[in-house]
Amino acid sequence: MSTATTTHGHEDHGPTGIRRWLTTTNHKDIGTMYLVFSLLMFFVGGAMAMVIRAELFQPGLQLVDPGFFNQMTTMHALVMIFGAVMPAFVGLANWMVPLMVGAPDMALPRLNNWSFWILPFAFTLLLSTLFLPGGAPAGGWTMYPPLVLQTGNAFPFLIFSVHLMGISSIMGAINIIVTIMNMRAPGMTLLKMPLFVWTWLITAYLLILVMPVLAGAVTMLLTDKYFGTSFFLAAGGGDPVMFQHIFWFFGHPEVYIMILPAFGIISEIIPTFSRKPLFGYSSMVYATASIAFLSFIVWAHHMFTVGMPLAGQLFFMFATMLIAVPTGVKVFNWVATMWKGAMTFETPMLFALAFVFLFTIGGFSGLMLAIVPADVQYHDSYFVVAHFHYVLVPGAVFAIMAGVYYWLPKWTGYMYDEKMGKLHFWISAISVNLTFFPMHFVGLAGMPRRIPDYATQFADFNMIASVGAFVFGVSQLLFAWNIYKCARGGKKATAQVWEGAQGLEWTVPSPAPHHTFDTPPVVK
Amino acid sequence: MIDRTQPDRRLVGKLVLLTVGMFGFGYLLVPLYDVFCEITGLGGRTDNQAATVVASEPDLTRTVEIEFIASLNQGAPWEFRPVVSRMTVHPGQMYTTEFWARNLRPEDRVGQAVPSVAPGSVAKYFQKTECFCFERQEFAGGEGKPMPVTFIVDPDLPDYVDTITLSYTFFAIDKLAAR
Repeated sequence: MSTATTTHGHEDHGPTGIRRWLTTTNHKDIGTMYLVFSLLMFFVGGAMAMVIRAELFQPGLQLVDPGFFNQMTTMHALVMIFGAVMPAFVGLANWMVPLMVGAPDMALPRLNNWSFWILPFAFTLLLSTLFLPGGAPAGGWTMYPPLVLQTGNAFPFLIFSVHLMGISSIMGAINIIVTIMNMRAPGMTLLKMPLFVWTWLITAYLLILVMPVLAGAVTMLLTDKYFGTSFFLAAGGGDPVMFQHIFWFFGHPEVYIMILPAFGIISEIIPTFSRKPLFGYSSMVYATASIAFLSFIVWAHHMFTVGMPLAGQLFFMFATMLIAVPTGVKVFNWVATMWKGAMTFETPMLFALAFVFLFTIGGFSGLMLAIVPADVQYHDSYFVVAHFHYVLVPGAVFAIMAGVYYWLPKWTGYMYDEKMGKLHFWISAISVNLTFFPMHFVGLAGMPRRIPDYATQFADFNMIASVGAFVFGVSQLLFAWNIYKCARGGKKATAQVWEGAQGLEWTVPSPAPHHTFDTPPVVK
Repeated sequence: MIDRTQPDRRLVGKLVLLTVGMFGFGYLLVPLYDVFCEITGLGGRTDNQAATVVASEPDLTRTVEIEFIASLNQGAPWEFRPVVSRMTVHPGQMYTTEFWARNLRPEDRVGQAVPSVAPGSVAKYFQKTECFCFERQEFAGGEGKPMPVTFIVDPDLPDYVDTITLSYTFFAIDKLAAR
């Protein structure tokens, strides 16, 4: 390669200390910053969940006032979705996509730096609302008008932080697409790409297609409140229900933005620890693409109860159920990959197995919610809370943890503490079920979501859920401690790290040097 | 290694265009939604313009119950209620009824009623030839007045419908009117 094409230059002798991190354009540095930021937000959002579960430990109002409780539910969701899960996936993509496709860096390194450094500002803006008079936004993360328009001083902070998060995600997505499309090593055709790269390519397109729609929707809210427009104000001829349509046109693909990269991670880990190639590679790619396509035509299943013609309800019901087909293909392929494999159960594999099992439970409760007449009962109940936490916590979050344990030796050059990893897994896997499984029962029995108090018949299950949540919350300290310890030292990791690991990222030494693949590898 | 700058720029350009396009699409959903609602009667929307009624024979063999509902938002200081709460009508015949509204504040105010018909799918058969909801209503401080609505139920109304609810929500639009 001619060095003239490396426009960003080599920064081995670049600034040190804090300026290194502020000005870095290295995909590995930026990936690390994304991951550390996401872990921090995971604990911030987790602390909010602890407040929620502490208040719900017993019926009655004991710890916080209902207004603050509502701020907690709203902020917990915003922080976890936009601060923890999405940046974690972008961080993993930053680290691994160039290594997996044999590229020296991301295609647009400066844009990459910018898309990360927007995030701390966005979240400072959002979290600062907790200290404003009137408090943080409390109308739910879905920001439905007219309720959200009653938010006080926090309202413009909410809107602008959502704008910033959107800009960051879109820039990250553009960067990932250009990297994947233009920087693959010679010989790596699209259908030879690792599945994590494939799922991220599709996710990046989803981001570009829907984040601008969210930006539009929140801009409409902003002009409705301050500039006299009436997009959602009935008095001026608008319709609040329209917001729900626009929001969920963003919101449903957003759900898949948070799960498709998880599918990718799991599809890397299971073959490694089963010591077999992934079963049905191309069907995995097509299944991912079909899930992405279907995500655009099912949005109204979030709002079956707002009033819709029968034909609309039937369409959205059947389209939603159809998603179970490609998802079923994926689960089948994961199980088939393990079939007769020489399996071992290191921490990443344990998290991956829990993902397959528990995500499927979340998928099934999603199918129940897809049934219109059933959804009329389940809507806005704890059953919905149980459903989306099953797909997001033992789903997306477990996949992220699996990915972190899987690639951590590559990042730090040391093996993490396997015993502590397994302990973290078992405590997490048990407590996550203790937390969210009882929510199915109280939901079916009629407990509504987003309330600080409840009828006494729900007391036992809520106490179990709270105990589970506290254990889950505390056990994540093990995760943070293990990562910290691994970054400081430990048993030296080999380049391949795992016996069954395949792929370009395992051909570079551990820890991956600052610059990799300056000469592109050739893929046969 | 091939020089990537050109293809990168082209792809980035396309993706930025896509982003801008999708932002516009978000706004395009607003008129699309209105068209969609008009076609399907989603949300019980009715035309906010006087219907031109084609003269037709009233169908005296058939009766339909019309219920009237008046509601206020945001605990607004208005008095607002239908003068009669239900009527039995024949499709094809024209009727007039009144709603009563009074400004409970001492200052002058502007109000606007927004109509909705339930079930939503019959909204297109319920035609208003004259309605106080077509324009903003000005009230002096403490003033109360009756507001008429003249309507006709289309004789093509499907057989299974025997009750139609006409609901109005009354909003203070001083802020919107001032702009």
